[in-house]
Amino acid sequence: MTDTTKQPKIQVRDVTISYAGKAVLRNLSLDIHPNERLAIIGPANSGKTSLLRCLNRLNDLQYGFSVTGQILLDGRDIYAPNVDVAALRRRVGMVYAVPVPLPWSMYENIVFGLRVTGIRDKATLDERVETSLKSAVLWDEIKDRLHEPAHNLSGGQQQRLCLARVLALHPDVLILDEPCSGLDPISTGKIEDALAELAARHTIILVTNNTKQASRASDRIAFFLMGELVETGPTTQIFTKPNDPRTDDYITGRFG
Amino acid sequence: MKQDKAIAFALMLIALSAVSGLALITVFIFKEGLPLILKSGAGGFFFSTDWDPKAKQFGIFSMIVGSLVVTAGAMIIGTVFGLGLAIVLTIFCPKALAAILKPLIELLAGIPSVVYGFIGVVTIVPFIRDYFGGPGLSVLATSIVLGVMVLPTVTSISIDALKSVPRSYWEGSIALGATEWQSTHMVMLKAARSGIVAAIILGMGRAVGETMAVIMVCGNTLEIPSTPLDPLRTLTSNIALEMGYATGEHREALFATAVTLFVIIMILNIAALTIARRGIMSNNR
Repeated sequence: MTDTTKQPKIQVRDVTISYAGKAVLRNLSLDIHPNERLAIIGPANSGKTSLLRCLNRLNDLQYGFSVTGQILLDGRDIYAPNVDVAALRRRVGMVYAVPVPLPWSMYENIVFGLRVTGIRDKATLDERVETSLKSAVLWDEIKDRLHEPAHNLSGGQQQRLCLARVLALHPDVLILDEPCSGLDPISTGKIEDALAELAARHTIILVTNNTKQASRASDRIAFFLMGELVETGPTTQIFTKPNDPRTDDYITGRFG
Repeated sequence: MKQDKAIAFALMLIALSAVSGLALITVFIFKEGLPLILKSGAGGFFFSTDWDPKAKQFGIFSMIVGSLVVTAGAMIIGTVFGLGLAIVLTIFCPKALAAILKPLIELLAGIPSVVYGFIGVVTIVPFIRDYFGGPGLSVLATSIVLGVMVLPTVTSISIDALKSVPRSYWEGSIALGATEWQSTHMVMLKAARSGIVAAIILGMGRAVGETMAVIMVCGNTLEIPSTPLDPLRTLTSNIALEMGYATGEHREALFATAVTLFVIIMILNIAALTIARRGIMSNNR
C-alpha cells in the first residue's frame, strides 16, 4: 500500500510539457511513492503518455519537444546535465501500448538490455531470463522454446515478453503505457496479476484508458483532463466519492 | 473487346522484344567469345598473364586481378562513406536536412562517367603522383574514382533498407537503456543487414562494369599491380581500348573478355537479388 512517510520515489514539480511550442501538459505537480501502484486515467490527449515519456526521457528523441519544471527520481533531477540517460532508462523501465519485440529470438530480446551494459556471462544471462520471465508470468508458456523468434508469440505473450525484458534490468520504476489496450481479457488478467506481484519490489505507474482496470490494478489514481491534473486520491476513494465532479463524470462514463 | 486484345497483343510483343534483345546479346557474346576460351583452355585464357595479340597470346589474368582489385578498393571507399552517409541521413540528422541531402547524393549518379574520369585525371592522379609517388595513374586513383561513383547506389539502397526497419525497434532499444550508437549497430544495422549487403553487391556490379572513367585513370598497363600506386588494366578497359582495331582471333579474345565480365556481373546481381529477397521474407515473418 501507499507509504507516504518515506521520501517520494518520483517528485514531479510544476512540469509543463510542450511539443512545437504547444503545451500538452501544464503545471503538473505530483508525488509518486515507493512501491505504490499509481494509475493515471483520463481521456485521450490529456497528457498521460507525454508525462510517462518524460519520466525515462524518451521524449528527448522527439524533435520540437521541451519540458520545464523539475522531475526528481530519489531526490535527483533527471534532467540535470550530468545524468547518464541510458542508466536512467534502465532504472525507469517502460512497456508500450503495442508490444514491439525486436526481430530476434525471445531469449535475445530479454538479454539485449543486459548485453548493452556489458554483461556477457552466460549463467547470469540465463538466470535473469528465467527470473524475469517468471515475474512476467510467461516462463511456463515459453521455457521450452526460448530460441524461437519472438514474433511467433501471440500479442498477449509478446506484451509479457516486453515486460520481462524490462524486468531483467532490475528497474526501480515501471511505467506502462496502456499495456493491455490491444489484449484479450485473459492476457489482461495475466498482466494485472504480474503487476500485483511486482508492486512489492517496484514502483508502478500505469496509464490506462480502462477505468475498470484502474480500479483493479492500482492503489492510487491520478485523473488527468486536457493537460491538467484534476485530482489524485486512493483508488477506493476516487471510485466512491471523488472530490471533483469532473472525475465523477469520467469514471461513471458520462464523457471520455 | 477486339481492340483490347489487339492492344494487349501489341504490348506483349514490345515486352517480349525487350527480353529477347537481352537474350540475343547474351547469345551473341557467348557465340563470339566462347570458341576462343575453349581453344586456349582455362589455363591459357583465364590464368595466363601473357596478352600479346600479335603473337596470338590471349591471357587475361592480369586484367581479372586488376578488375577485382580496383573493385575491392572502390567498395571499401564506397561502403565506408555510403553506409556512413545512409546512417547519418536516416538516424542522426534532422529530417529537413536529409530531405535536401538525399536527392543531392542521388544526383551524383547522373553525372556522366567521363566527367568522373576527367576529374580523376586532373585532380586525383597528379595529387597521388606528387605526394605518394609512382605515375599517379594507379590502383589507388581508380579505386577513389570508382568509390565515388558507387556512392549514390550504396547510399540510396542502404537508406531504403534502414528506413524499412520499424521506428519502434529504435525506440524500444533506446528505452531498454541502449545508447544511440548501440541501437544503431546492434538493432538498426542488424535488422537492415540484408538490404545493406544487397546495396554493396549492386555497387560492386557498377564498379566492375565501369569503363570510361577507369580507362582515364588506371594507366592501362598489362602488369599485375603489386602496390596501390601501380597502374593496371581492367577487363572493361581492355575491351574498349582494343575493340576499334581488333580483327580475327584478337576480336574473339575481346568477346571472350566480355563473356568473363558478363558472368562476373551476373553472379553479383543474382547474389544481390537473392540476399535482398531473403531479407524481405524474414522481415515479413
